[in-house]
Amino acid sequence: MTVQELPGAAAYRPTPPPAWKPLTDPAPLLPDPEPYRVLGTDAAADADPELLLRLYAELVRGRRYNVQATALTKQGRLAVYPSSTGQEACEIAAAMVLEERDWLFPSYRDTLAAVARGLDPVEALTLLRGDRHTGYDPREHRIAPLCTPLATQLPHAVGLAHAARLKGDDVVALAMVGDGGTSEGDFHEALNFAAVWRAPVVFLVQNNGFAISVPLAKQTAAPSLAHKAVGYGMPGRLVDGNDAAAVHQVLGEAVARARRGEGPTLIEAVTYRMDAHTNADDATRYRGDAEVEAWREHDPIRLLERELTGRGLLDEEGIATVRETAERMAESLREQMNADPVLDPMDLFAHVYEERTGQLREQAEMLRGELAAEHDPPLEENGVEGRR
Amino acid sequence: MSTAAATAGERTGRAKPATMAQALGRALRDAMAADPSVHVLGEDVGTLGGVFRVTDGLAKEFGDDRCTDTPLAEAGILGAAVGMAMYGLRPVVEMQFDAFAYPAFEQLISHVAKMRNRTAGAMPLPITVRVPYGGGIGGVEHHSDSSEAYYMATPGLHVVTPATVDDAYGLLRESIASDDPVVFLEPKRLYWSKADWSPDAPAQVEPIGRAVVRRTGRSATLITYGPSLPVCLEAAEAATAEGWDLEVVDLRSLVPFDDETVAASVRRTGRAVVVHESSGFGGPGGEIAARVTERCFHHLEAPVLRVAGFDIPYPPPMQERHHLPGVDRVLDAVARLQWEADS
Repeated sequence: MTVQELPGAAAYRPTPPPAWKPLTDPAPLLPDPEPYRVLGTDAAADADPELLLRLYAELVRGRRYNVQATALTKQGRLAVYPSSTGQEACEIAAAMVLEERDWLFPSYRDTLAAVARGLDPVEALTLLRGDRHTGYDPREHRIAPLCTPLATQLPHAVGLAHAARLKGDDVVALAMVGDGGTSEGDFHEALNFAAVWRAPVVFLVQNNGFAISVPLAKQTAAPSLAHKAVGYGMPGRLVDGNDAAAVHQVLGEAVARARRGEGPTLIEAVTYRMDAHTNADDATRYRGDAEVEAWREHDPIRLLERELTGRGLLDEEGIATVRETAERMAESLREQMNADPVLDPMDLFAHVYEERTGQLREQAEMLRGELAAEHDPPLEENGVEGRR
Repeated sequence: MSTAAATAGERTGRAKPATMAQALGRALRDAMAADPSVHVLGEDVGTLGGVFRVTDGLAKEFGDDRCTDTPLAEAGILGAAVGMAMYGLRPVVEMQFDAFAYPAFEQLISHVAKMRNRTAGAMPLPITVRVPYGGGIGGVEHHSDSSEAYYMATPGLHVVTPATVDDAYGLLRESIASDDPVVFLEPKRLYWSKADWSPDAPAQVEPIGRAVVRRTGRSATLITYGPSLPVCLEAAEAATAEGWDLEVVDLRSLVPFDDETVAASVRRTGRAVVVHESSGFGGPGGEIAARVTERCFHHLEAPVLRVAGFDIPYPPPMQERHHLPGVDRVLDAVARLQWEADS
């Protein structure tokens, strides 16, 4: 006996449910299946030659910075350096899109983005040298502290952009995160908040293939990381992260959109981390040379160099000049990093609270006593023979 | 409290019965009226006025931009508040219930508590995190935790908890005005406690970081805070029948901790019991007892005792009365303070 055959069932008429309609049409939010490219395509003809030359100079400088900083870890001058070699186009082109009043929220690998925004190369490294957590004033540069926990800086970017809009300022926040960071809860909460609040934020995921050793396929089952955008009600965009001109254009459009008050965008830049995660990592355990070599062919500097030389905008002399400028930056960085920073141990207590608590005052006195004892004249000078 | 009482209106100046929840709401309202950078955000704080009605009327008076119903996500709420504070606002965040704050712990511990320190003072975060805490209201699982020990263990946070209607108003105004982040613990079961209170003339409010003696006495000190203060005051009254004249210290602020007021009291009385409803092991009482012992060892006539909740996950509501330290358990501890006679 089926339900229809039950006595009285024929009389049942279901009440129509309350009207349902989707909140947003998903189609315009979906990313194109192919990452957007400019270099080596017809679109390159529209690119501003001056911009391309600037991008090239910055990319070469950025690569030299990565190489120098990595060398400094081997010399023990840096505790650690997460190199962004191979990812310079994402770092630099994205930062160059921002206006001075905008804010950058970098992750720990985004030192180059901060430097491209004008931060002093040494100030950008103090976290990794180990003398200060943040060697610069975030408000002065409008760069949040390099963020070590994954994706936790993304809600900050949302809150800041939201606050700026409430105050009537047309400020945009650019929040950077890696492919691994997209699995964190804070990534989800930040994107959701940004979309609901229509906050002027641009989320840039640098998909460099690995979260330390874990490949993207073990990180997500989504068609792409850009596809995640549609679930939040914001547009998702895929871009070739090694194509500086494409990154600049896609980021530029998203920033302009945010500034117009049309809300956030999620951009996935497809790139590759050429070096290991940090100097403490052995990348040969989880990936083969062939894969790395294939990406070497698609190097961001090489791509741009080919475009510029092919169009007669750059010659051997121009390349040499750019390299020389980068070399001088590296020399200066090396020199400054070889000088030991002067640190005051009493600073440990200086910035925990606006005013020291009684407990911190006691502990500061204790340390002051220990320091004084360390610097006491040796016992010989007090007439005591030898030091115990 | 020069910042308080900034707006005119229907005030009479006469003291009328008010609940702690009303005083907290009034503090939020007055802070928002006095300073346009104060923003309230959280789940249900707008149209509903909060599940405890503490934020009632704020969205109507100040608009959705100043009192904002957020998506349901505690890490997102607190994380957004960090960004708002970075841009010069003073966010007041509501974590609807104690245990609902746990998803926001990473934001609290890795960012809220540390931002001043990691930017060498360049970027303090004036965020107030309101957390209704503790049991005794018949709440089901995850609605009655006492999480103060977790907050206390995190340098960079102030941890404050009022026990009176006056303090609810005054401490919340102080917390919002502070340039440091404050975890503001609201004892849920005192939300409906009443006092004659005038919003025009809040009673003398001590700043954050000072404990106050709520009852003077000579024979022992009860050290307590928040929801356990009324328990201790009642126990102190009951103890007079046994010849005990108990002093009751209300800490008000767990961080910073007022060593001076506490030690001065214990030196006078020579005996001390710490009373709180969160679990004893690894709880605030251990820290407090150790601090008192270090400072008052030669004045002590007996070990510092603790009366705390059991070391169990918060029990189901039909069993919570066995877990929460009540008057009898406090009196038992006081009786054990006759150390010399017993040992």
